[in-house]
Amino acid sequence: MTTEENCVCSCSCDDAATPVLVFPCAGGSNVGQISNAAAIELDRAGKARIYCLAGVAAHIDGMVASAQGARAIAIDGCNVACARKALEHANVKVEQAIVITDLGIAKNHEFSWNQNEIKQTLAALSL
Amino acid sequence: MLTIKVLGSGCANCKRVEQIARKVVEEMAVEAEIVKVTDYNDIMAYNILSTPGLVINEKVVSAGRIPTPAEVTTFVVNALEKE
Repeated sequence: MTTEENCVCSCSCDDAATPVLVFPCAGGSNVGQISNAAAIELDRAGKARIYCLAGVAAHIDGMVASAQGARAIAIDGCNVACARKALEHANVKVEQAIVITDLGIAKNHEFSWNQNEIKQTLAALSL
Repeated sequence: MLTIKVLGSGCANCKRVEQIARKVVEEMAVEAEIVKVTDYNDIMAYNILSTPGLVINEKVVSAGRIPTPAEVTTFVVNALEKE
């Protein structure tokens, strides 16, 4: 067995494509929670891996370095853009950033959303 | 003296990172110990998503990619400034 075959890590031994990480703001509003739901759908579909924005924002060095080595997507609920700004603050290059309120979904504090809003969010991303 | 750790099970990319690190410290004439960390649990303790990883004085400076020699030089300079 070669060394490469022994590889148990998730490294790109075969020069596989750079991983795509999605960072939802997961904020305290309907649109924040839509961002999280959309990110989970991307992860489940295998299109991107949801990653911990809080860890990057807290400057956990291993998580920051991992994000810096990936293609980062920020999904923000509103134009405060906490996810994008937190990534940029950690020197993570953001490849794509969307804001859910820019899609015409109004921000509120009722924590109710529907599948159409998640689909609308996903449709705004280029993957 | 710097402690530089290369995180990875020994795949080609991990070896490349080790080579770059060795070359950089040699060219800079920096006293450094280079350690290969191959145990999965030890690697995961650094909170990285994927290997290869590069750690200098216990700070993860790169993960999931092969840093360029220029980047590694910057990492080393930054670490030396903190010593």
